[in-house]
Amino acid sequence: MRHRRLPFIAGFLVLPLTLYAVLVLSPYAQAFYLALTDWRGVSARAEFVGADNFARLLDDPQVLGALKNNAVMLLVVPIATVVLALFLAAALSLGRRRGAGVYRVVYFFPQLLSVAVVGVLFQFVYTPNSGLLNGVLNLLGIEGRSWLGDPSLALWAVMAVVVWSAVGFYVVLFCAAMESIPREILEAAAIDGASALTRLIRVVLPLVWENVQVAFIYLGMAALDGFAIVQIMTVGPGGPDNATEVLGLTLYRNAFTYGKFGYASALGVALFFLTLALAVLVLRGSRRDRVEMA
Amino acid sequence: MTHSHRVRRPRPWTSLLHVALVGWGVIVTLPLVWAVMSSFKADRDILTSPWSLPDRLHGENWVRAWTEASIGRYFLNSAVVVGSAVVLTMLFGAMVAYVLARYRFPGSRLIYYLFIAGMAFPLFLALVPLFFVVRSLGLLGTPLGLILVYTAYALPFTVFFLTSFFRTLPTSVAEAAFLDGCSHSGVFFRVMLPMAKPGLISVGIFNFLGLWNQYLLPLALNPEESEFVLAQGLAVLAVRQGYASDWSGLFAGLTISMLPVLAAYVVFQRRITSGLTAGAVR
Repeated sequence: MRHRRLPFIAGFLVLPLTLYAVLVLSPYAQAFYLALTDWRGVSARAEFVGADNFARLLDDPQVLGALKNNAVMLLVVPIATVVLALFLAAALSLGRRRGAGVYRVVYFFPQLLSVAVVGVLFQFVYTPNSGLLNGVLNLLGIEGRSWLGDPSLALWAVMAVVVWSAVGFYVVLFCAAMESIPREILEAAAIDGASALTRLIRVVLPLVWENVQVAFIYLGMAALDGFAIVQIMTVGPGGPDNATEVLGLTLYRNAFTYGKFGYASALGVALFFLTLALAVLVLRGSRRDRVEMA
Repeated sequence: MTHSHRVRRPRPWTSLLHVALVGWGVIVTLPLVWAVMSSFKADRDILTSPWSLPDRLHGENWVRAWTEASIGRYFLNSAVVVGSAVVLTMLFGAMVAYVLARYRFPGSRLIYYLFIAGMAFPLFLALVPLFFVVRSLGLLGTPLGLILVYTAYALPFTVFFLTSFFRTLPTSVAEAAFLDGCSHSGVFFRVMLPMAKPGLISVGIFNFLGLWNQYLLPLALNPEESEFVLAQGLAVLAVRQGYASDWSGLFAGLTISMLPVLAAYVVFQRRITSGLTAGAVR
């Protein structure tokens, strides 16, 4: 069994590893170097400028605006999504509701739509005159708005779409976690006189906490991105008036519109450290003792 | 009397919960139903009222979207690129994962962690250098370029997932095959791959939807309009049909791009849900 072992191992690894090294590892490594240059895409002319790009990032109003918008998304999107998903999952899985499966199937739909479909769809849901949202509001006697045209509303409109498309996935995730909670624990809490809300917060939440953590990391990463939905849906894109500018969009524009590849790479490096910091923060800050289920 | 407290009192919040559950269902489905309905309407009916039903089924919208607006071509481009990338990812991912899970050799830990590290970096970080790597390979704007890039970026999660999956499989069958004189690769293709089918299906679904969803990579690496994938095509269509005010054609394009996925979901619902959530609960 040992003969021709090494040739076999090498044969299985060589193609995937080459592909991975050339297209993934080397670009990631290059990005850290490019971030320290003023490279504009012409091969010979790349001056080493040290940390200049990073200093300029902090003076760039577009970067700062994008950073602010990403920060707002980082605060709003994960919390809104997790709270909604927890609530819906609890209502579905703890009440032994008939037809819960159907709800779950329907809630999951948006997860299957590509971000382009969602972006284009909601661009028209938000259209002032013939859009669905204002149509519904008119029916209720509320005056419609120009959702994506008003700088004070546009970012909220974008965040609502992100939440809309994410909730279903986490409902399914949380439902699976909640269904593995032994019924006796919940019944014991109910007999002790705990209200439904108390049971949810004091008993259920600690038992599904690991899944909530995972949700926060994934949603946080989605909130730091937001590129595709903003690029497709908003005016400009990133407008009106930079109201929906996100870091990914600033990076993309600096690289592929202005040709400032060194500067864009610096932005990429900054984005990497933000993502890393977020993951560490969530894992550290929300650490709790593992609850063992009997 | 354990029975007595199980008798249900009418509780006001149960009906409130029910309203909330139905409410979210409506919020999720209404935009989708609206898009499908609008794809059958005439343009003027779309503009006058979002609520009116189509006066008749305007199937010509779909034809126009499929042919004139090239949604058909973009759809096929997407299918070719994503389909090939998923097959290649599964093959390469399974090969690497199998070797890492079942063989001890110098450097195996290092290779494993190199793949795992790929999951920690945001795609944006690689974007600029990647563009130049792909360009210098002469693959910019080609389907092959996209297929290889998609495969490379789908590998980390695939390797991670399948390595732990291969470790859970029993060794006895493979050993019996070795005793029967089967070669190393023979054991992999004839014994281990069939045994790993459930894991392969889960991660395959995960990869398929993830890559079908991809927008940033084609936007940067695939500038040729004839090679556009569906996501790019739709975004461009939205801008263009907006100018031409061909709303019905746009809604038809939207519907064409979402119905196959939703239909597949309804049929393979359990598999797809478990495949997608497998990514989060490892």
